Amino acid sequence: MGLYSRRLWINRFNLAVSLLTMLFGLFWLGWILLTLFEAGFTALGPALFFTMTPPPGASGGLSNAIAGSLIMAAMGTLIGTPIGMMAGIYLAEFGNRGWLAPATRFINDILLSAPSIVVGLFIYEIYVIHTRHFSAWAGTTALALIVIPVVIRTTENMLRLVPDSLREAAAALGAPQWKVIALVTVRAAKAGIITGILLAVARISGETAPLLFTALNNQFWSLDMNQPMANLPVVIFQFAMSPYENWQHLAWAGALIITLGVLVLNILARVFFRNKSPTY
Amino acid sequence: MSNVADTMDGLSRSDSGISPVSKTIPDANLRKQHRLDLLFRLATRFFAFLVLILLAGIIVSLVAGSLPALRAFGPGFVTSPHWNPVTEQFGALVPIVGTLVTSFIALLIGIPVSFGIALFLTELSPVWLRRPLGTAIELLAAIPSIIYGMWGLFVFAPAFAQLQPWLTATLGAIPLAGILFQGPPMGIGVLTAGIILAIMVIPFIAAVMRDVFEIVPPVLKESAYALGSTTWEVVWNGVLPYTKVGVVGGVMLGLGRALGETMAVTFVIGNAHKLSPSLMMPGNSIASALANEFTEAVGDLYGSALIELGLILFLITFVVLALSKMLLLRLGKMEGQKT
Amino acid sequence: MNAAVLQPVQEILAQKIQAKNLNFYYGGFHALKDVNLEIPERRVTAFIGPSGCGKSTLLRTFNRMYALYPNQEAKGEVLIDGEDILSPRQDLNRLRAKVGMVFQKPTPFPMSIHDNIAFGVRLYESLSMREMEERVEWALRKAALWDEVKDKLKQSGTSLSGGQQQRLCIARGIAVKPEVLLLDEPASALDPISTGRIEELVHELKNDYTIVIVTHNMQQAARVSDYTAYMYLGEMVEFGVTDEVFIKPKKKETEDYITGRFG
Repeated sequence: MGLYSRRLWINRFNLAVSLLTMLFGLFWLGWILLTLFEAGFTALGPALFFTMTPPPGASGGLSNAIAGSLIMAAMGTLIGTPIGMMAGIYLAEFGNRGWLAPATRFINDILLSAPSIVVGLFIYEIYVIHTRHFSAWAGTTALALIVIPVVIRTTENMLRLVPDSLREAAAALGAPQWKVIALVTVRAAKAGIITGILLAVARISGETAPLLFTALNNQFWSLDMNQPMANLPVVIFQFAMSPYENWQHLAWAGALIITLGVLVLNILARVFFRNKSPTY
Repeated sequence: MSNVADTMDGLSRSDSGISPVSKTIPDANLRKQHRLDLLFRLATRFFAFLVLILLAGIIVSLVAGSLPALRAFGPGFVTSPHWNPVTEQFGALVPIVGTLVTSFIALLIGIPVSFGIALFLTELSPVWLRRPLGTAIELLAAIPSIIYGMWGLFVFAPAFAQLQPWLTATLGAIPLAGILFQGPPMGIGVLTAGIILAIMVIPFIAAVMRDVFEIVPPVLKESAYALGSTTWEVVWNGVLPYTKVGVVGGVMLGLGRALGETMAVTFVIGNAHKLSPSLMMPGNSIASALANEFTEAVGDLYGSALIELGLILFLITFVVLALSKMLLLRLGKMEGQKT
Repeated sequence: MNAAVLQPVQEILAQKIQAKNLNFYYGGFHALKDVNLEIPERRVTAFIGPSGCGKSTLLRTFNRMYALYPNQEAKGEVLIDGEDILSPRQDLNRLRAKVGMVFQKPTPFPMSIHDNIAFGVRLYESLSMREMEERVEWALRKAALWDEVKDKLKQSGTSLSGGQQQRLCIARGIAVKPEVLLLDEPASALDPISTGRIEELVHELKNDYTIVIVTHNMQQAARVSDYTAYMYLGEMVEFGVTDEVFIKPKKKETEDYITGRFG
């Protein structure tokens, strides 16, 4: 084979392989989603959302788990977002001098890629052991610790995209620095920051490991933050690994709900970000 | 020109003798603003500091929790394959090996596939397909890991068990390396866990690769094409070297994820505290050992051994991250991006 | 411009801004070298010169905009109404309420047109809603923008065209009633028609404000200003009445630049 035709053949071969990898990726996505729908769809219905988790063998729903997940995700986001935003503002607006900013960025990277089970372990050690029981507060805190690094990273990145000329324009009117940041710069980056928060929420909605040793689980309906609280991921874990058919069925339904929720959040975040043209 | 006339009118009508505001701003007002500035700065500083304290807290609490195990087993903990809650003999070798091997398999499969996907998305795909396909891949990343676990255990493992005898017959027959593929077709095991991890990390690595491939200046590719290069050659010899910093970053991201992944691995790895040369046998990873055993660990030493496992996992991810940052710095320096 | 203005600056007009032995450094780079200058009140003064000559740098010392960045430092004196604004005791916010600035790139805030203008006013005045609406209208009229936006005050400032955005920025700067207006190449990002309108605006505004305009467009300087300063490589080369500087420059370097021997 001449040199040129060999190069052509290599080219065609590699591009074909590339197509195959794309199909490979789509294949898994399709298979997983199909499985989810097949196994979980039949359990969808009002009973799922309004009845509690049942004992093995009995029929029931996932209402307490859904409620628990919603509450803990909401609280975790509510606690983690302001902390993350303030730290992100520090990194973007005040982080040009000194050692604190580079150190914080580096450590934030570590926290971002830290295994979430380690976060659960940490909260267990400092909170659950001292209060001597599992609780929704512990679970909420663990989720907040996962939200914080994500929000810090996106807030800093989005604020950095705002051009200095906007800051200068506000300062040129005599605005003090805190007003420049809070009323102008953050506002200009609003769309990106909100997207980051939505993505953080999507992330914690599916997290199991941090809740395993903190909020644990609760068979019954409970809104008491100081007690273990039911949540979808841990319920799915428990029910799926069990030998009871009705429990496994509920586990698939729960898996479908979580996946749909997470997918919707992701798509929302994408659409939201794209529609708001940058305001700078 | 009517605007000009309006303005001239406005001049005579409104504030005669424009009295500048700046003359009347009270000092107290300005001082208050400066105090608020200081407060704001301190507040943001405090929350940045909180991040450092958080990390310190994690490390301290993990070390404190591991102390009993550290004292009881010393450095031998890392090399001992024994794990017996009854006799209180604990060793981390099996979970550590499981964590590293499954992550290695995940990268082995994941990197070339991600590269192929990124290549497809940037060079081969018709433009109108790019956004939907890219979104589809990103959706793979959004699927929570517990779903991967369930799907892996109930759907993939049985199907894979059908395939395994064929693997044993073909790959298992290779001298030396064949021992990796010996064993009964159980469907679950280290190899299965590695494959599922690969599917989980592919979207992350592929997304990063695609992002960096997309910002390669067209001029670079055009000049390679102008020399008569094929598409493959342009990518392999031009795009890839140009984007190597981003590619390495993406791979490290995937590795970090694979190392810490809990639920997907827990469902399919088999949870056996036994070291075996075959990938098709069950094993354990640090994260899955923790997930399975922590809430039922009886006895201080058992719990402490598990916490020490957690500490080791944290250190592994820390080291991987630090290494990747150093590597990125070195690569950046070589290209003259940083001095 | 009429010939009657051909008298030495010092005798007729008060000096609003005076720079004395002003030096400026970007880190180690010496950007302004011993600049001495007097800007007359209620006139338009233009800074011209090739790229990098320091004209924007000099402009930005007048409202200490450089203070936002580390490594940028000014030495010497800049007096506004006789007070040295480089002194550490000078309150920066008060200074900037007095000395307004419009930038090269239009920078509307991510808010409604009304709020854009109200932002600056709210900083130091408490006006009733009615008074605020009047102020907004007044500022927009002065900036020759009122007729175009009066029906869409609630729309975002970024929805306007480039020329309109720039006039919005000018309205924003005027609304806080400063004494000095610094314009840093205000029309260089705009099309010729918008540029013409901005130049008209400058001509009217000088009745109430001291205006300093930086421009790389010599013809614009000649059209719009009463006094011109020519700068080169960080030094003030020549300063005088615009007509004199353009028709009969005193220094050869000035003449070289004006006649286009270099650009």
